[in-house]
Amino acid sequence: MKQVSSEQPTAATLAPGDRLPHEDLGSGPPRDPTRGPADPMRNHLAPDSVGLVVPHSARFEHALELDCGRRLDGFELVYETYGELNAARSNAVLICHALSGDHHAAGYHDEDDLKPGWWDACIGPGKAIDTRRFFVVCPNNLGSCRGSTGPLTIDPDSAEPYGPGFPIVTVRDWVRAQAALAQRLGIAQWAAVVGGSLGGMNAMQWAIDLPERVRHCVMIAVAPRLSAQNIAFNEVARQAIRSDPDFHDGHYYRHGLVPRRGLMLARMLGHITYLSEDSMRQKFGRELREGRLTFDFDINFQVESYLRHQGTAFVDRFDANSYLLMTKLLDYFDPAAEFGGDLVAALRRVQARSLVLSFSTDWRFTTERSLEVVHAMMKAGGEVSFAEINAAFGHDSFLMPVPDYLRVFGAYMLGIPT
Amino acid sequence: MNPIEFERVAGWVAPGSRVLDLGCGDGALLAHLREARQVHGYGLEIDIDNIVRCVARGVNVVQADLDQGLAAFDTDSFDTVILLQTLQAVRFPANLLREMLRVGREGVVTFPNFGHWRARAQLGLGGRMPVTPALPSQWFETENIHLFTIKDFDALCADEGIAVVEVAVLDSKRRASLLSALWPTLFGELAVYRVRRM
Repeated sequence: MKQVSSEQPTAATLAPGDRLPHEDLGSGPPRDPTRGPADPMRNHLAPDSVGLVVPHSARFEHALELDCGRRLDGFELVYETYGELNAARSNAVLICHALSGDHHAAGYHDEDDLKPGWWDACIGPGKAIDTRRFFVVCPNNLGSCRGSTGPLTIDPDSAEPYGPGFPIVTVRDWVRAQAALAQRLGIAQWAAVVGGSLGGMNAMQWAIDLPERVRHCVMIAVAPRLSAQNIAFNEVARQAIRSDPDFHDGHYYRHGLVPRRGLMLARMLGHITYLSEDSMRQKFGRELREGRLTFDFDINFQVESYLRHQGTAFVDRFDANSYLLMTKLLDYFDPAAEFGGDLVAALRRVQARSLVLSFSTDWRFTTERSLEVVHAMMKAGGEVSFAEINAAFGHDSFLMPVPDYLRVFGAYMLGIPT
Repeated sequence: MNPIEFERVAGWVAPGSRVLDLGCGDGALLAHLREARQVHGYGLEIDIDNIVRCVARGVNVVQADLDQGLAAFDTDSFDTVILLQTLQAVRFPANLLREMLRVGREGVVTFPNFGHWRARAQLGLGGRMPVTPALPSQWFETENIHLFTIKDFDALCADEGIAVVEVAVLDSKRRASLLSALWPTLFGELAVYRVRRM
């Protein structure tokens, strides 16, 4: 399997600590200033950090039948765990990652790591998902490029990476693969399945598909399915990648190439949709990089510099074929489809108590979309709570240590008996 | 909430029924109804601190602004809709009353009676807007934007075709006393109504 570069590019124009979420993947929230000076040698020693963590890998030899009609003859999932499984095996929490996420949700891989896992704001001793109470499992999902079976995996039939030939997996397929991991770990029922964005949709699918195996379901910044506008953004991202001359119909590995410009454009576009207009205005305004207009097409405004940095950083850690696949998987998510488009019927299967959270400035998956889920759950007679959190950071607020968010989330998780 | 109001309201909710509590506060009533009467309930609440309290006690709570109405809820989707000391604080009280009796088969409404003698004395004799145990805030700080009396509420119910099933009027000690039974609009400080569509 190809090793993904872990090189951390440096921000050319932004001061350290002066960053927005998603800055590159695996980035956690900004440092808490009360934790003292940023000393990379000490981050993992903070009392609310899970500390140094090691990814594990589980290989499954059984065939996985996929929604698309194809099958994987065996697969591998890379995952991390934090906390300890109790004797009753009743305290396990599954974390579902979003579009470009991975298994590294919390803690540090190395004493020198500058940034913790992507959801370190919410996972750790005393945090919303308290690792003193819960055994937390976060797998990297099928089709990703961060270690689990995906387009970068060698196809046994061709002895080449699957590349564009990797099957289009679905959220339901993810649930099947995650269920195999749960079985391997001896977890018959999750205390909670939790996720934000696509991860929240993954959690919803769990509660629908395997209702008796989920006690609580936490869905953050979700929609019951994508809107035409959501799909449109994904399609522009895909076209940016596919029209890059270095893409070679997805066989760029053969040529030793990466469709850098396409993937960068795709990420720049995605990034705009993850932030709010307010947060961009506050952070960048119309600030000029060189203090004056240069009357050319180089970077004039700081926001251009920031987006380019985000795009290039992403290219170094994410595979274009995986990105195409993830956006497609997101477009296809629609649990009501199996029930004739009736979301209430789909959610009637859910046995889990649920918490739905949205963010006031999230225009990618708005509060109205979350309320579609909430009202359908109420009509289905389900146990559900909902709050819209006032937060400035748009869709990416779910990654940030927003106080009201952590209070509601933490109070809910604390109420889950282990 | 005072224990008598609490008991009275809880007593009017059928065991095992579906309840929507509008402005559910910290969720105490819903928690009580769940444990004592196996009620399946949801609360609507606007304040995030109260939402945290509801979530912490395992009460279903959905953040909502009652001034936005109840359009998201189907007709007859609840057995009882509860509105405790909130009607006087919403922008469109008649509208909300109609809506709660569309969504629920029955409603329980409580409100501070502006016709209580203490309020009358302060306004009628003192010439000032009343500040009483039931109406504790100054006019410029209060959330109560539609003050009304028991007679006013009776008139609204008549106009709207709302049937009053039961009434309890509690005096300033929050008891159901003889005086408040005889002259509710004068001696009742808090009114507790059980209503339904005619």
